Amino acid sequence: MAGKLPDAAETKPLLSLSNINMTFGGVRALKNVSFEVLPGEVHCLAGENGCGKSTLIKVITGVYKPADGAVIEYDGQTYSAMSPVTAQAGGIQVIWQDLALFPEMTVAENIAFQTVIGRWPRMVNYAEMRRIATGSLQKLGVTMDVDLALHHYPIAQRQIVAIARALVGEAKLVFMDEPTASLTQSETDYLLDIVRSLSKSGVAVVFVSHRLAEVLEISSRVTVLRDGNLVGVYPTKGLTQSRITELMTGKTFDNSVRTRQVGGSPEMLEVRGLTRPGEFEDVSFTVRRGETLGITGLLGAGRTELALTLFGMRKPKSGTIILDGKPVRFGSNRAAIRAGVAYLSEDRLSLGLIQPQSIGDNMVIASLDKILAGGLISHDRQRSLVGGWVKDLGVKIGKQDDAISTLSGGNQQRIAIAKWLATNPKLLILDAPTVGVDVGARAGIFDIVSKLADRGLAIILISDEVPEVYYNADRVMHMAQGRIAGEYVPSATPMETIEEAVYA
Amino acid sequence: MRRFARSHPTELALLAVLLVICFVLSFTSDRFFTLGNAFDLLNTSSVNIIFAVGLLVVLIAGGIDISFAVAASVVQYLAVTFLGWIGGGNWIIGLIVAGALGVALGCVNAFLIHKFKIISIVATISTFNIFFGLLMFFTGGVSIYNLPDWLTTRVVLLEREMADGTWAEITLPVLIMAICVFATWALITRTTTGRQLYSFGDNPEGARRFGINIGAMQYIAFGWLGLMAGIAGLVQAHYAQEVVPNALYGRELDVLAAVVLGGARLGGGKGSVLGCILGVLLVSVTQNGLNLMGVSPFAFKMIVGAIILAAITLSNSSIERLLPFLKSRRAPL
Amino acid sequence: MTAVITRLRTALGPEMAGPVAAFAIVMAVFGFMAPNFLSAATFGSVAFQLPELGLLTLAMLLPILTGGLNLAITFTANIAGLTLAWVLQGQGGVDAGVGAFVLGSILAIGVGALSGLLMGLVIAYTKAHPILVSLSMMIFLRGLGEFLTRGGDVSGFPAFLAPIGYGAILGIPIPLLIFIACVLVWHVLLTRMKLGFNTYMIGSNIEATRYSGINTRKVLVLVYTLSGAMCAVAGIIMLARFNSVRVGHGESYLLITVLACFLGGVNPFGGFGRVIPVFIALIVLQLLSSGLNLMGANQHLATAVWGILMITVMILRWLAGRIMIFNPRKGSSS
Repeated sequence: MAGKLPDAAETKPLLSLSNINMTFGGVRALKNVSFEVLPGEVHCLAGENGCGKSTLIKVITGVYKPADGAVIEYDGQTYSAMSPVTAQAGGIQVIWQDLALFPEMTVAENIAFQTVIGRWPRMVNYAEMRRIATGSLQKLGVTMDVDLALHHYPIAQRQIVAIARALVGEAKLVFMDEPTASLTQSETDYLLDIVRSLSKSGVAVVFVSHRLAEVLEISSRVTVLRDGNLVGVYPTKGLTQSRITELMTGKTFDNSVRTRQVGGSPEMLEVRGLTRPGEFEDVSFTVRRGETLGITGLLGAGRTELALTLFGMRKPKSGTIILDGKPVRFGSNRAAIRAGVAYLSEDRLSLGLIQPQSIGDNMVIASLDKILAGGLISHDRQRSLVGGWVKDLGVKIGKQDDAISTLSGGNQQRIAIAKWLATNPKLLILDAPTVGVDVGARAGIFDIVSKLADRGLAIILISDEVPEVYYNADRVMHMAQGRIAGEYVPSATPMETIEEAVYA
Repeated sequence: MRRFARSHPTELALLAVLLVICFVLSFTSDRFFTLGNAFDLLNTSSVNIIFAVGLLVVLIAGGIDISFAVAASVVQYLAVTFLGWIGGGNWIIGLIVAGALGVALGCVNAFLIHKFKIISIVATISTFNIFFGLLMFFTGGVSIYNLPDWLTTRVVLLEREMADGTWAEITLPVLIMAICVFATWALITRTTTGRQLYSFGDNPEGARRFGINIGAMQYIAFGWLGLMAGIAGLVQAHYAQEVVPNALYGRELDVLAAVVLGGARLGGGKGSVLGCILGVLLVSVTQNGLNLMGVSPFAFKMIVGAIILAAITLSNSSIERLLPFLKSRRAPL
Repeated sequence: MTAVITRLRTALGPEMAGPVAAFAIVMAVFGFMAPNFLSAATFGSVAFQLPELGLLTLAMLLPILTGGLNLAITFTANIAGLTLAWVLQGQGGVDAGVGAFVLGSILAIGVGALSGLLMGLVIAYTKAHPILVSLSMMIFLRGLGEFLTRGGDVSGFPAFLAPIGYGAILGIPIPLLIFIACVLVWHVLLTRMKLGFNTYMIGSNIEATRYSGINTRKVLVLVYTLSGAMCAVAGIIMLARFNSVRVGHGESYLLITVLACFLGGVNPFGGFGRVIPVFIALIVLQLLSSGLNLMGANQHLATAVWGILMITVMILRWLAGRIMIFNPRKGSSS
């Protein structure tokens, strides 16, 4: 799977950095780091949040000036620090995670936006913009209506627009910061194809991703950073996901499938012939008490739609849901919560938690009735309820009044889980619970999931990463195009079988 | 057409509503569909359209301004006083003076917003109070009736006698309005500065990464609104034949309603000159029609309010459901 | 001891800094410049003028916390006042009894709530921008009021109403007592009730709140309904104080209420803000105008100074922020 490694001895590096040090207010963000990219290479930069990846990118693009002694060689020139202008002029482009696009403007304007930049007002040359945009899209082998406003296109297409924009100049080195974070598997595959064709045309790509499967698939070499230190540079060939995880976190994780017996416990959820045309059809399955059912599948498989239907936020056209022996029909998610269903949203930042509000308020929002005293909210009860869960789930927080946005992704997700546990659910649906969570912290989340299952909770774990459900669920259900395409028991199936079924 | 429908759903819906209203009014009053009445409408709407296109630029850039109408009052007062002091002047001098004063007041807002990072609604509500309070304090609420002759003389650019003997006239305010509309359209769609304003309103962080000068954007947007407000102030003084310090008080909200009705988004990045004009016209056409129907003037505002309420309720819910191809969901980036 | 201080700090919150600073500035400046400022007369005039603006500000506060705005407050108050006025007139005008007043007040509050309910429904179900919805409601109510009164005054009320506008119990003006009662209700609503909790959450992120199982539409509708009801209370007080109702009365308060909320540390985008700091901000504004009055200036100058005060507080906040950034201990990098 891994890309071909150019012979390092023969090829002169396009970019080579050494002795890079960066300090922010007494904290050393980069310690004597070196980094090297060959022309036309796909190079991955791996590491947990806060390991110095973004800082390194900002040094290379000239946003930050490294401490004295740094040596930056780029395209035959030597610098002690880059500036944004030299980086741009030299063909270094960055595609930021948030894309920095303009949704209300046309595709052409987004791609050829540089033509409207400049100090003095000029007339806009729309013909020129269209020409540049079409040309740049052609390089990627994509055709789009360049006169349509960008917001008409889905996120994957916007990603393409961002890449097209980076390629408008003579790009030699393109940084992609978490380009697949909000893409589904098939969109990701599409993007990876584009990265390959870029690399073939001689553009070097530095790829930053949390998703290790992609790192292994796309890159020829991997540079790993940990706590601002360079751990090492490794050829991708011969690396495994667990090896990269070890390098990134400095810890070893035991990846073993679950072999618990849950066959005897009573059924908590039974779904029969559930259908919402266009989203999912004729879905039937059961989840037992104490069982974790994994659901995986590609874009459009209907996973999230199914979860939202179980959570009462969408109404099924036909089919029945039986919860704890009783048929249920939810008018809203409020009814579902009362009946004991909890749903952890896939989009923690905008749907799962209310980022500006406090940790304490986020935790109790779904269970306000529990902290009432005489009809009024008791802040003492709230404090002790939150304190209890924080301790129970091992969340690291400062004060309960701090904004939830001050926490790391992993700790935020723990609070989100606690928020739902406080409602005393019978069924907990976890939709992509590790998105934006560090590899090291993911294990912690799954420890909690496992403990909850042991306490008798029925859990549905949704993820588009097969290994995640493979190692953490008792049973794995594969959804494709709105239907159940297969069911597997991890302890009796090799992971490759499921992966082949899903990605085929 | 299809593309226009996709990119301008609000404008299209508004046009449809306007046509329906015109259609209904043409039955209720035979005066409605006359050239004279159409010209009347343009004459009376000029001031509001000038305000509206100015405000549009600020909304596109992601800001809001509450102070522009009272700023126009301040400009009126200062300009007329100044013109009297220099001995009268003429339209050119008057427009230059009023425009310059307007730009200056607009730049006060831009300065507060950019320099001290004050959110535009907070800054402009404050300057609204400052401008209006100081104006009333220093003038003591006294109006100026003694305007220069050129300012009170009606300038008829185009006239035609109608069959019933009345005159249909296009007056100077319409020409000034047309120039302002054209200039604003050219600014926001044809110049690089205009596209930078859109991009800044659409995604300020993205614009910043491209090296767009944020401060310049604020000064241009609020300065442009100031310019329009200054011009509108002078035109209003000409139209009313007097300067009353609180004549424009409260106008800011009427104009804001019209502009947002016209598809400009509070929050930036979206809006068109066409929508602005349609928004203003929807209100004035309704008023005009009700007037012709002999409805009590006291009932106008009530009906206009009800129509706007109905229009926004419709444009935000059913239109997209009725015409699903117009549906444009804006996913977060 | 530290526990008490922490509790006090959380009770007051960071929003307190602005209004308290403004309060100190105003007291110091006027105490110095106008020797008769620190007198019972000043506080008496503040106490009588505070309630009208204050009640309308409370009506504005809830929608702002949800990230909206209610621009119809002043005309809602007028229409509610008209309702009461007509009930009183229908029951004999100056000879109307207490029963008529009670009935009229209930109807007035009902009318105010109805106007809010209507706005709340449109905002909750169509997702139209609250500024636009309340603006058109304002235009509608103004038109309705002018249509019904033909732009004139409605007056001629029973004498027992005067104390509601001018009376005092134990030296405390009755309107002030009503206002303080409403402040306390709002305070309890926002700090101790589910509706208040959800109001803040909606202000920060309405979709995430809905995903947490909150009936966000119901909350929005209730918020605007309560806002309308509070306008009606203001309308009743205004009726008693002016002994007449005219559409347009208190119109100039509209943007002052927004200013008072911001001065009281309310986040213009919603989600954050408390009643008590807003209460203090209101007192500051009234002290300012009373102080200027003492020095011979009129209300218009006071209006201008209110704007200047707001800008001053925002600039001070900006300065404080800059000092924080340059302080390496508290500043955050990366």
